[in-house]
Amino acid sequence: MSDKNALVPSQEKGGALDLGGDSQDFVTANIGKQLFGIPVLTVQDVLGPQRITRIPLSPPEVAGSLNLRGRIVTAIDVRKRLGLRDKEDNEPGMSIVVDEGGELYSLMVDQVGEVLSVPKKAFEQNPATLDPRWREFSDGIFRLDKKLLVILDVTRLLDFTSSVKQAG
Amino acid sequence: MDDLLSEFLTETSESLSTLDVELVKLEQNPNDPDILSNIFRLVHTIKGTCGFLGLPRLEAVAHAGENVLGKIRDGELVVTADAVTLVLESIDTIKYLLGELEQNEAEPDGNDAELIGRLNHFADTGEIPGGAPAAEAAPAAEEPAEEVEMTDDEKLQAAFDAAEYDPDFEVPDEPAAAAEPEPEAPAKPAAPPAAAKSQEVAPAPKPAEKAKAEAPRGETKESSVAAQTIRVNVELLENLMTLVSELVLTRNQLLQMVRGKDDSEFTVPLQRLSHITTDLQEGVMKTRMQPIGNAWAKLPRIVRDLALEMNKKIDLQMIGADTELDRQVLELIKDPLTHMVRNSADHGLEDIPGRRDAGKPETGTVTLNAYHEGGHIIIEISDDGRGLNLERIKAKAIANGLATESELEGMGDQQIQQFIFKAGFSTAEKVTSVSGRGVGMDVVRTNIEKIGGTVELKSVEGRGSTFIIKIPLTLAIVSALIVESGGERFAIPQISVLELVRASNNSEHSIERIHDTPVLRLRNRLLPLVTLKKILGLDSSEATEESVDEEAFIVVAQVGTYSFGIIVDRVFDTEEIVVKPVAPILRDLSLFSGNTILGDGSVIMILDPNGIATRTGEITVGGSQGVEGKAKADASDRETTSMLVFRAGGSEVRAVPLALVARLEEIDVENIEHSNGRPLVQYRGKLMPLVFIDGSYQMKAEGRQPTLVFQDRERTMGLVVDEIVDIVDDVLNVELTADQDGLVGSAVIDGKATDLIDAGYYLELAFSDWFGTEDNGGEKKRVLLIDDSPFFRNLLTPMLSVAGFNVTAVENAEQAMDLKNRGVLFDAIISDIEMPGMNGFEFAEALQDDAAWGEVPIIALSSHTSEEDFERGRQVGFSDYVAKFDRDALVSTLIQTLSSM
Repeated sequence: MSDKNALVPSQEKGGALDLGGDSQDFVTANIGKQLFGIPVLTVQDVLGPQRITRIPLSPPEVAGSLNLRGRIVTAIDVRKRLGLRDKEDNEPGMSIVVDEGGELYSLMVDQVGEVLSVPKKAFEQNPATLDPRWREFSDGIFRLDKKLLVILDVTRLLDFTSSVKQAG
Repeated sequence: MDDLLSEFLTETSESLSTLDVELVKLEQNPNDPDILSNIFRLVHTIKGTCGFLGLPRLEAVAHAGENVLGKIRDGELVVTADAVTLVLESIDTIKYLLGELEQNEAEPDGNDAELIGRLNHFADTGEIPGGAPAAEAAPAAEEPAEEVEMTDDEKLQAAFDAAEYDPDFEVPDEPAAAAEPEPEAPAKPAAPPAAAKSQEVAPAPKPAEKAKAEAPRGETKESSVAAQTIRVNVELLENLMTLVSELVLTRNQLLQMVRGKDDSEFTVPLQRLSHITTDLQEGVMKTRMQPIGNAWAKLPRIVRDLALEMNKKIDLQMIGADTELDRQVLELIKDPLTHMVRNSADHGLEDIPGRRDAGKPETGTVTLNAYHEGGHIIIEISDDGRGLNLERIKAKAIANGLATESELEGMGDQQIQQFIFKAGFSTAEKVTSVSGRGVGMDVVRTNIEKIGGTVELKSVEGRGSTFIIKIPLTLAIVSALIVESGGERFAIPQISVLELVRASNNSEHSIERIHDTPVLRLRNRLLPLVTLKKILGLDSSEATEESVDEEAFIVVAQVGTYSFGIIVDRVFDTEEIVVKPVAPILRDLSLFSGNTILGDGSVIMILDPNGIATRTGEITVGGSQGVEGKAKADASDRETTSMLVFRAGGSEVRAVPLALVARLEEIDVENIEHSNGRPLVQYRGKLMPLVFIDGSYQMKAEGRQPTLVFQDRERTMGLVVDEIVDIVDDVLNVELTADQDGLVGSAVIDGKATDLIDAGYYLELAFSDWFGTEDNGGEKKRVLLIDDSPFFRNLLTPMLSVAGFNVTAVENAEQAMDLKNRGVLFDAIISDIEMPGMNGFEFAEALQDDAAWGEVPIIALSSHTSEEDFERGRQVGFSDYVAKFDRDALVSTLIQTLSSM
């Protein structure tokens, strides 16, 4: 499973993005008003609100851990990770579970949308003026009809070692 | 059957079946190096194991087979059907021998000289000797007579060939069926008379075209020992264990759901499921269990050797060797255990006179006792020796800066004894090759704590010491106490929990404060407390301090010897948990050792009491690490020399390089005799002269007198001192002041000015002819020592001085060249090979044609002493080559070289 998953991001990094011909599939998620996409093959699960155990002393982006069918999943607050403010409303969020290096992580977002097939000619590089933190976590942008879809690079999003350096 | 033997049989029959297959494969692909090296390895392993188990007949066959395979592997021989047949034949013999071994637990009589002869012949000439091709036509068992048709010349030739390569080769016997008890003595006029000896011989050669695993004889059947066991990959077992762990968790979850519902229809099947799960868990655990005796196997030998070396009588008792524990745990405690037993035998037990004086039986006892206790394994290592000397520990603790005198005053005996677990702490009262060099107990403790175990120590001076190791049965499933703090639940491994205390203002236990630091009075001891909420950063309100005072639960935890209380909000029950590692991004949180899923399905973090202790109790745990760190930094900076510091005649301290001291002894004054007006003692069956630090020295009237024993070959000499103060590792910078007899000079050791004694002077006092008649009175030979390592310079300089040489030591070849240019002359030069700048070879080369130094013999000093190095050394003009650590060889080489001049 993880092998298959690993293939996808590596192809994207190469800029090929030609999986399945002209278009590519993403699971979309909303944080605030921004639309994000995560390559569909990296996604294991989509979860509703969960009981999360807080982990004291952990990095602020780590919301805690939860039990997904007997496996312990580390929950990441993507809002904090992207440097966004905490959610204002009290709506329960949703999570996208991804497998990274054999470990499961649950990416907490406001809302999980649909699986979207986007034409690869709508792809754009990250604008140079984008917030450096976002640029680090994003693989590029797809132009949709009314919105822009920011593609998240899960590996880099979960690589806490490099971002610690950046923050410091 | 002997465990070792049955294990060997199992293993070897497996290897043999593999070998059969591989050999046939090799015949088809003669040039496949992988197959070949695999075969070679298998045969080699068999040979090695046989040798180890003392099975000479098997070993001889395997060895001959290995020879042939080795040649084939090196390309010296070609793989042919005949060659494979020959090797297969040796394997059949091995199989037959194994069969016998299994039945009788001994090798059958007779030998396999004929087969070995043919193997060796083949290995050397690449030809299959006569016997085999002749036998190919028909199995020898049926027509033994046919072989006699082989011409005598051929056989003789084979016999000669074989005899040349195998000195032990006895008789080139005919291949004959072992079924025949008395093979007819073949008509061989030239054969030695021994040929008539009744022999049980190698299996008959098989037809070459049937070179398969099929054995020609009935005895070579499947090993029954091997059939009873199967080998399973450890990984598979680990996976099974993980699955079972998951099952346990799920079962716990289900039980939690049904709990409280009395009439649930699930209750009965669930109970059954629960039972089966428990049984399954136990079963799988058992597969990983090994008797602790496996870790003890080496100990009797170690103790025996030690007893011989130390001149002690030691009885090693091992109780509960069949107590089983997890394989993984077993591996981890093997070394600490060995170390502790050694310690007990070496430090703990007195020597024979010591025991006699103490009114104990001459034979000391070291007892190992292992048993189960409540999910833990307890291992006790006890000795009936002298016990820990509190005074010495105190002195050492002060010297090492671990505690001040006043702190020690307030400590109980137990607490003081715990100092032996500190890094770099050794009472070092006896330094031997075995133990006492100041490393050890701290490492032992660290290793045991690493697997969640604890070490306790009980010692009564004069009566012996007992170490009690408590380790969990397995590392996979642990019992944990579930507590709550700041609204979150945490698990604390049960093994580190000593007790639970409920504190409130109106009970007998109440939390008191010393400048905001909470402490608890518990049975006349003050227990430091930490608030879990605070160290976890869960403390949101400032008011909690007040509420803590009113009522709190305190989990008394122990890490090593450091006990402390953890204040929690609530305590739930204990639960069996499966420790799972935390996600990589959380690995650096030292307060947690893992996480787990509880019966109710929630994730919970497992607290690591070690981490908490390190975080809070810096005085005890962090402090010692600091000291250790500093010591390490020092060591890497400069090289140090171990010095023995002592006091003798006066208050000033004196020192001697530890390397020069053979032993430290305590001599009973009563045992001192006088001969020719000089004091002597009987020591190890010989008379040892005693010398004093100076003429005015007064010995004690009675009691025991510490003595430094110096030894050189046959002679020993004792230097009587008042007290052995310490052993110090320090950089040795000697300021020479040779104007006083018996002193080399003085040096700053451990921050104090210390007189460095000249061991040579005292040796001369004891034996006027110590250095041999040759040098006595005459001028000392001048030796130049070149070594870049200050350690070796410091070690060798006094050693050579003691041996009667006048030593000049320099750091490098350049300095030596300087001396040469200044016209200094030497009788011999000792030079290191590896040196920065000009190395030893270059130095010797440079001197070869020198007018002044060209004739001076140069002895090379090196840690490598290969034949090539030696040769190269000779070429550049070294007269001899000595291994760096062999001091006796160095002195004798030096004397030899100089006398041959």
